[in-house]
Amino acid sequence: MLHVAVARRAFRRYSTYRAATVAGIFTNSVFGIIYSFAYLALWRQNPDAGGYDAADAVTYVWLGQALLMTVALWGGGTTDDLAERIRNGDVAIDLYRPVGLVGWYLAGDLGRALYHFLTRGLAPTVIGIVLFDISLPPSPTAALGFLLSIPLAVTVSFALRFLVASTAFWLLDATGARILSGALALFFSGMALPLVLFPGWLGTLAEALPFSAMIQVPNDIWLGRHTGLELGSALAFQAGWALALLATCGLVLRLATRKVVVQGG
Amino acid sequence: MADRLWRPVACYGDMVRLWIRAELSYPASFAMLVVGSMMINALDFVAIAIMFSSIDTLGGFGLREIALLYGATGVGIGVADTAIGSVERIGEFVRTGRLDQMLTKPVPLLVQVCSDRFTLRRLGRITQASVVLVWALPIVDWTPTRVLVAVVMLLSSSALFFGLFVLFSCVQFWTTDASEFANAFTYGGNTLTQYPLTVFPREVALALTFVLPIAFVNWYPCLYLLGRSDPNGLPDWLQFCSPLAAAAVITVALLVWRTGVRRYTSTGS
Repeated sequence: MLHVAVARRAFRRYSTYRAATVAGIFTNSVFGIIYSFAYLALWRQNPDAGGYDAADAVTYVWLGQALLMTVALWGGGTTDDLAERIRNGDVAIDLYRPVGLVGWYLAGDLGRALYHFLTRGLAPTVIGIVLFDISLPPSPTAALGFLLSIPLAVTVSFALRFLVASTAFWLLDATGARILSGALALFFSGMALPLVLFPGWLGTLAEALPFSAMIQVPNDIWLGRHTGLELGSALAFQAGWALALLATCGLVLRLATRKVVVQGG
Repeated sequence: MADRLWRPVACYGDMVRLWIRAELSYPASFAMLVVGSMMINALDFVAIAIMFSSIDTLGGFGLREIALLYGATGVGIGVADTAIGSVERIGEFVRTGRLDQMLTKPVPLLVQVCSDRFTLRRLGRITQASVVLVWALPIVDWTPTRVLVAVVMLLSSSALFFGLFVLFSCVQFWTTDASEFANAFTYGGNTLTQYPLTVFPREVALALTFVLPIAFVNWYPCLYLLGRSDPNGLPDWLQFCSPLAAAAVITVALLVWRTGVRRYTSTGS
């Protein structure tokens, strides 16, 4: 119940910045349009590149724009607050609360993600449907699978961002680690380019890394490329990474609290 | 007169030095910032290169030709972003009241806003774009005029992005939390010009030439460097017009900036 309350308040906190939301939707849409034309040109040259057709490719672009903020691919979300609180020492207060730090911030981030999904996820998708010929999920199972994969994608992204923020325990300033992980996430999630276009071992590597759980996997579920058992294993892939990374977060946190003296304390 | 022009530059230099010293006080973080920034940009071009494992040409242009476009626009936005990227945070200054403090100081406001939190990590973008550009150079059949056009292109491209950053950041004088709006034009403009304009519908190409002249960042001068005519059938003399486009955008940007500052009435807190 406590965590639901945390999530609801995070949702409300993000929903106060209306103009920022509108500006963000506009920007997502502009990028959606640019990439759509670029991909259309690519798929005109090679109509089944990576096993996608042109409609799949354009759909992929708009789904990526919709998920970008939802999963906070670039960083941002409650983990940024955490990094700042580690830097200025306020994390000491978080640590003596009678609730787990990871769960607390995860709840907040899921609340944030829901807000971004409903605004910066839905709105660009509608604009994509209006401007381009994007395809809807081919079956109710695919649609349901997509909806299930979103919280998993957010959790994987959260755990990665939590680990990045935790570097502040040792480095004091997590900005560098944040930019570095943002670069990896952008590339290996499939945001910069669908992973299906990655050749050979690079493609195999990219699809095995946790980053692919954030964009490529949900998108492929929407496109109906995972059906039946494969759908189950795609979701299990996401859930597996989510659990493994959350466990790592717990471990890192234990190390940090044992080793680190909070500044100014 | 010379003093009036020189002083803002000197102030800018002083403040930039301060911020660099501050930045270097967290060395591990700084090293990661530089590597991270270079990596974001490097992977950005790798993504385009990977596209070419499934195709030979995109919009009628080969990978090296696209690298030329990519390098030119990348250097442009890199220089502008390094020099004055902080102007994006004008809304934050309005919100926190720092703009009021800045207005009381004897340094031009634009100089203060632009130099705030100057960071060397943005050099990563310039470095990476330069590498891509150098890799693309052999594709051009160089003549003295082409060298001149190339140099002017890089200067105009930087100036044009400088104008775009200022112009669209001014929106924040009216809505303080809409900073992301500007990204559609600055980073969006950069992303868009990484691809040949032939990828887009003709109407888009015309709008990017005559309404918001982003196409002059690299497209028209690069057509000249590559010895191509415009696939959209526009006259060849446009290929020399980048400095004019840059001057126009900067003029509009400074006018809008002045209007914004005059209109500004503080948050009152």
